[in-house]
Amino acid sequence: MAKDDGIAIRIRGLVNGFGGKVIHDHIDLDVKKAEVLAVVGGSGTGKSVLLRSIVGLNRPLSGSIRVFGQETAQIDSDSLRGLQLRWGVLFQEGALFSSLTVAQNIQVPMRRWTNMSQELMDELTAIKLSLVGLPADAAPKFPSELSGGMKKRAGLARALALDPELLFLDEPTSGLDPISADHFDALIKQLRESLGLTVFMVTHDLDSLKATADRIAVLIGGKIRTGTIADLSKDPDPWIHEYFTGPRGHAALNA
Amino acid sequence: MRNLPSPILVNSPATLRADATGSSLRLVAGGEWTVPEAPRMDTALRAIGFTGIREAEIDANAVTMLDSSGAWLFVRAAHEIQASGCRLVRFAVPERFRPLIEAISGIEVEGRGAMHPASPRFGRSVERLGRATVEVLRQGYDLVEFLGRVTVETGEAILAPRRELPLPAFFQQIEETGLTALPIVGLLAFLLGVVLTYQGADQLKRFGAEVYTIDFLAIGFMREIGGLVTAIIVAGRSGSAFTAQIGTMRVNEETDAMRTIGLNTTEILVVPRVLGLMIALPLLTFFADVVGIIGGMVMTYFDLGITFPAFLRELEGAITLKTLMVGLVKAPVFAFVIALVGCFEGMRVERNAASVGRLTTRSVVESIFLIIALDAGFSVLFSMLGI
Repeated sequence: MAKDDGIAIRIRGLVNGFGGKVIHDHIDLDVKKAEVLAVVGGSGTGKSVLLRSIVGLNRPLSGSIRVFGQETAQIDSDSLRGLQLRWGVLFQEGALFSSLTVAQNIQVPMRRWTNMSQELMDELTAIKLSLVGLPADAAPKFPSELSGGMKKRAGLARALALDPELLFLDEPTSGLDPISADHFDALIKQLRESLGLTVFMVTHDLDSLKATADRIAVLIGGKIRTGTIADLSKDPDPWIHEYFTGPRGHAALNA
Repeated sequence: MRNLPSPILVNSPATLRADATGSSLRLVAGGEWTVPEAPRMDTALRAIGFTGIREAEIDANAVTMLDSSGAWLFVRAAHEIQASGCRLVRFAVPERFRPLIEAISGIEVEGRGAMHPASPRFGRSVERLGRATVEVLRQGYDLVEFLGRVTVETGEAILAPRRELPLPAFFQQIEETGLTALPIVGLLAFLLGVVLTYQGADQLKRFGAEVYTIDFLAIGFMREIGGLVTAIIVAGRSGSAFTAQIGTMRVNEETDAMRTIGLNTTEILVVPRVLGLMIALPLLTFFADVVGIIGGMVMTYFDLGITFPAFLRELEGAITLKTLMVGLVKAPVFAFVIALVGCFEGMRVERNAASVGRLTTRSVVESIFLIIALDAGFSVLFSMLGI
């Protein structure tokens, strides 16, 4: 079982590939507790695959992934039990259950893992909705009645339903307007200060990167490079260099 | 699906002590105020009454972990204390939890309106009935409108073929709806021929008229069964595919993209399907007729001992070209209805995946219903015309 070594996610020798194409070539990565790690990389470098591998949705070809000391790469539901309560996952489009209202969606994890009264669940649902910036009248609506940005927020509210220690975010600010994205960054910071939240996020948003991330992991050519923004800006790799010092990177990081 | 209490380990369980001295109350909390402990602490807090209390104090300095559920429980207690008219003299939490408490207390939880949609009552079921009725009528109206549009476009495509008439799409539809349906239509027609022959022979034997099994089979199959069964199979196979294909394009905004480019969605998506199916279904029906009669021929040989040449001689006397045509003339009409309904429902898909499934089901049910209703209509018409 878990010995507390201050590491939330430990990846060793991870190999992923599809149809003969290697996406991750023996990747090692540590995510420390209470840090915000952002994963960046070009299209098709396997950012989402990495996230899916960590939460046990994608079985890697080889390698070990431990979350809070528990192996998730060899997924079987029994050994993952309990982990699901400690993490929350926000999918790219929110992945709300379409047959349930927003409020019911947020209450699914609560029902699954706790025996809260309906009253308390409703109160906490109201809090989560407000935290993610959804209006009160969104609660009884069905996902089909929401805009893309609202779905994302509702998905985040569901990911936060149990106040997880570890939050996975797949492009959390894409599709949000800049003001909402700023609020989102502030929210992540605040949750992290009060809850000691560990965040693993896949993002392209350079502003978000600068505002929230402690360390950045760049996926490139099947390998991974980690470091702070300052470290990576000095990296000799042309893609990484371009990413942080190109016009957008420059504008965001020197703002 | 309520589950067992969480398997997570709580290092130091949450505690709550209420010390009442006279008219003042002191709530002392400690331990981990987190989600696993929230249900227990919720119950404990609700059990405390604030009536008759003038001064209250919340001391949460001994709390070691706090998440938003725990913070809410404290904030709620503070709200309740103030709402019951007593004074909250002290609200102490460790400094690191202060921002969270402040964030949570800034949220208005009560009076946010209904959290869940109202459950259906009688009044609402009447309302639903009304809405459904209006919906059905509106849909009928829309279908007629669509029928008109498709008729005009199809007519134009045939009479005045423009260069952009999608000929490849048209042939592709014939292949998809016709050629690839041959195995399933053939198999089912063959089996139906066997079954009908068996039943017919069984009854006619009693009158010593078993040779008329052939007439019964041939006329029954060509006039009714062949066309009907083929149409129903195709409705399930291709009508649903039309709805799903066009529906998915709607979800992906492909149809919107076509409109913005200036393409006519009816012409591109609907006309090839309608025309393709109107060619494919009569051919399939003819194929089903032939295979069904072959099925009957095999069965009569084994059941009644009628040889194939004898069967064919009897068949020649039983049917005329008119028998075949009565069955085949219905096929293009069925094809038109299947394609029309399939495309119509596809065009009605909203921008979510669930509606693709719902409308696909509806498309199949509607087109099968219309096929059988139309077939009944044809029977009446033919008997009035004495055909």
